[in-house]
Amino acid sequence: HINSIVFLLLFIMLSYYLCSFIVLIMFFSLPAVNAVWPMPQLISSSTDRYPLSPRQFIFQYASGSSAKSGCSVIDSAFKRYFPLIFVDYLKKTEKHMYRTFSMQPMLNVYASIHLSFPFSVVDKLSVSSGQASLRAKTVWGALRGNKTIHIRHYFVNKTEIDDFPRFKFRGLLLDTSRHYLPLPAILKTLDAMSYNKFNVFHWHIVDDPSFPYQSSTFPGLSSKGAFHPSTHVYSQTDVSRVISHARLRGIRVLPEFDSPGHTQSWGKGQPGLLTSCYKGSVPSGTFGPVNPAMSSSYQFISRLFKEVASVFPDPYIHLGGDEVDFTCWKSNPEVRGFMQKMGFGTDYTKLESYYMENIINLTKTLNKTSIVWQDVFDNHEKIPEETVLHIWKGSPAQIQQELSDITLAGYRVILSAPWYINHIAYGQDWTTYYNVQPLNFTGSEQQKSLVIGGEVCMWGEYVDATNLSPRLWPRASAAAERLWSDEKTTSSVTDAFPRLTDFRCRLLRRGIQAEPLFVGHCRHEYEGI
Amino acid sequence: MSTVVFKLSGASFQIVDAKESSSGASCSLLQNAYRRYFEYIFPSARKQGHVKKKTPASAVSELQVWITSADTECDGFPNVTSDESYQLSVDSPVSVLKASTVWGALRGLETFSQLVYEGEYGAKSINRTEISDFPRFAHRGVLLDTSRHFLPIKVILANLEAMAWNKFNVFHWHIVDDPSFPYLSRTFPQLSQQGAFHPYTHVYTPSDVKMIIEFARLRGIRVVPEFDTPGHTQSWGKGQKDLLTPCYSGASPSGSFGPVNPILNTTYEFMSMFFKEVSTVFPDAYIHLGGDEVDFNCWKSNPDIQKFMEQQGFGTDYSKLESLYIQRILDIVSSTNKHYLIWQEVFDNGVKLKQDTVVNVWIGNKVEEELQKVTEAGFTTILSAPWYLDYISYGQDWQKYYLAEPLGFKGTDAQKKLVVGGEACLWGEYVDATNLTPRLWPRASAVAERLWSDKDVRDLNDAYSRLAQHRCRMVQRGIPAEPLFSGYCAYEYKGV
Repeated sequence: HINSIVFLLLFIMLSYYLCSFIVLIMFFSLPAVNAVWPMPQLISSSTDRYPLSPRQFIFQYASGSSAKSGCSVIDSAFKRYFPLIFVDYLKKTEKHMYRTFSMQPMLNVYASIHLSFPFSVVDKLSVSSGQASLRAKTVWGALRGNKTIHIRHYFVNKTEIDDFPRFKFRGLLLDTSRHYLPLPAILKTLDAMSYNKFNVFHWHIVDDPSFPYQSSTFPGLSSKGAFHPSTHVYSQTDVSRVISHARLRGIRVLPEFDSPGHTQSWGKGQPGLLTSCYKGSVPSGTFGPVNPAMSSSYQFISRLFKEVASVFPDPYIHLGGDEVDFTCWKSNPEVRGFMQKMGFGTDYTKLESYYMENIINLTKTLNKTSIVWQDVFDNHEKIPEETVLHIWKGSPAQIQQELSDITLAGYRVILSAPWYINHIAYGQDWTTYYNVQPLNFTGSEQQKSLVIGGEVCMWGEYVDATNLSPRLWPRASAAAERLWSDEKTTSSVTDAFPRLTDFRCRLLRRGIQAEPLFVGHCRHEYEGI
Repeated sequence: MSTVVFKLSGASFQIVDAKESSSGASCSLLQNAYRRYFEYIFPSARKQGHVKKKTPASAVSELQVWITSADTECDGFPNVTSDESYQLSVDSPVSVLKASTVWGALRGLETFSQLVYEGEYGAKSINRTEISDFPRFAHRGVLLDTSRHFLPIKVILANLEAMAWNKFNVFHWHIVDDPSFPYLSRTFPQLSQQGAFHPYTHVYTPSDVKMIIEFARLRGIRVVPEFDTPGHTQSWGKGQKDLLTPCYSGASPSGSFGPVNPILNTTYEFMSMFFKEVSTVFPDAYIHLGGDEVDFNCWKSNPDIQKFMEQQGFGTDYSKLESLYIQRILDIVSSTNKHYLIWQEVFDNGVKLKQDTVVNVWIGNKVEEELQKVTEAGFTTILSAPWYLDYISYGQDWQKYYLAEPLGFKGTDAQKKLVVGGEACLWGEYVDATNLTPRLWPRASAVAERLWSDKDVRDLNDAYSRLAQHRCRMVQRGIPAEPLFSGYCAYEYKGV
């Protein structure tokens, strides 16, 4: 029996190198086989297992596949996943072991990508003796399946998986304004996102504290508005690097340029853009939201968004629109004059509405669809129907109500309110994120289908490159499973705990600084500081 | 501090022994410190070599370190009575750091390095300054827990480094506990062989321990090991048969185990041998003996223990049994010429303690009453209760740690003198190498200032701006200290 021969040889090799039987036992205390995170929709796995030899295993395109060698997404995924499967293969010290392996008649396993069924509903991964095949209707499905094939200790069990995401939009927000995140921190996060099957990077790129986006149209925005004009900015090269890194991992980059509030940093490089606040009859020297009474404001936004629309290929742009403080507008005589002229009375939500409608329409002319925070829906009603609303606040009851209201009005919606993971607490708060039921609200089937997904938010008040990764992972992984997997098969926190514990060790092994869920250990601990 | 600014040049500046100093080239502790602090001040000068050039006018070209006491303590270990005071006079061309012993010199070097800033065009600058400094409390500790999660050596060393930047002087090493026993004992190797998470990858060998102790010593930090008994000992039981109490379910053993079995002679024979080893491995004069959270249920269930209680006339008062155990352990440790610390319950439960016992107050409610009681009974006290940094919450919780006042309790001056310091505790339930460092810093820095500086230094706004700079300095020196709030550092953390 091949397995026992391998076992025996391993025993000899390990005894030789490590002189310890206990090590051997530890080596073979394999984790649960169904350690896939997030849980696939349909999985059946048997106890039959096949060894994999890193010397013989190859990925290849199946003959019927419509994607062929030369497809950059799949080619680079093959390259990426090989060392993730054979983690120690490149390590010099352990090479001897594999030489022994390869002397044995090993089974070849092929992952073949079939892309010839463009309308197949599900992605299929099947592993059986001699070869494994992975079918997906697009390369993006193939990427997700590639992730599912992680093989522990170079064994893979006979497995059939039919998998597909529950929600199409599975996002993660990073905030690069409150603290600047160096590029490696963003790229690393994208890697980890792909291990968790997240598919949208919501880049909250600018906000009050700083404007790190280096605009080619308005270079003054970052040269005056970034924390530092050369070390704390994202150049066009940086941005395109992020986008291509994300694309290769099946991740969309959704930029957010939040206005009219949250724009203090914009004002530094664009004089006249923000509303000048008044104290009595004189300007106080401070500034409020974007000045909605000036046509120059819309001209500026139009030119900026024209650039943004060409830099970011995603068909959506996030326009923000949250937390607009009316105090400054109220103090400004010009704005008051404009209110009068427009017949808004003293209802400043009408002014906000006017501003948002303008920039949503402006975005539409750039062939982009707008996503806005829920405030825009809460404050007024004239929103184009294709606009996506983004829920970020409220008690659980208020969130349910908001979901009902927005979907009843026929808008698509993204849910973030339960997943503000910048709010830390002592203990296992991942369970809260795991237990969220995104579709638990009063509404028709039609309404529920308008919930296109959810997003984990890591706001940056207390987060920068020093603590981002351990704060994100594996807490965001809990939300990842909620957004990908079937709610019925993943409703138990108790069942999830050992799988997530195992998954966080795997993240660690792949170089992601994921923090522990509770007391315990990983075979390979994090070796940085 | 004056507004007179001097320049420092990496090409000409040097840290040297003062002519009058009782310390010289043979004191490797200081020579190492000179090199370390030079590199902190000139991080990029490392590769350029050290070529002496003519010093420009109004520059500091030399920091002379002058150890005044005949016994420099260079080759010794710091202890609770070590003199950490120093005088620093920054002037051109020569600055002088005067300290009675090397321990004060280390603190002064840290201060000097923090006075240097980047002036115009990135030139290193320092203002004319006179400092006379000494710690408010003698015991300023950080507790790390290597049992709930194993911490690789590298992480411990990096945090000892950061402790020195914050003038902490005690590493309270909560080395073993219920979940794992990573301490590799030469006398009882099976303790870690069976009780560690992994017998080779998740243990501290004798040479690891030695390295940590020496690394700490070079930074003026004591290593106080904690071997917590009789509770918190599940991992001990795996490698030491019959050490723990078998719990009973009705008339038969349930298969689970409770605290150390206090009625067997073998227990004390084991402890004698074990602590004999510990006392030689760890040079510090103190050992922390734990003694917290002893659950009496298992003892109560065990018929042998019930019988023993009866024989001793303890009735059903199991704290008397605890007392008996602790007293024997204290005797054992005393016989190795060590002093000891214990957690507050040992005192609270009325265990008879020797007068030289140090009581560690950790329970979060009624802290002031506890301090009052413990010091009234005449015991030396260390306060940890306000500084459980493992309890995280959203926002700027450093302020809470900063404002905690150790001597705010009612008591005489003599009582207050008994509070010799405090500790920031980072228990390991949710902490390992992945998140320890940013969780500890700069939150522990708030505790560090409370324990070092005058009690009237407590303005939050002033502290915020200094602490924000201090955290950027730690980041620049390579420690991922997390941010206090929105903002930036000139040199962000790059080690993703």
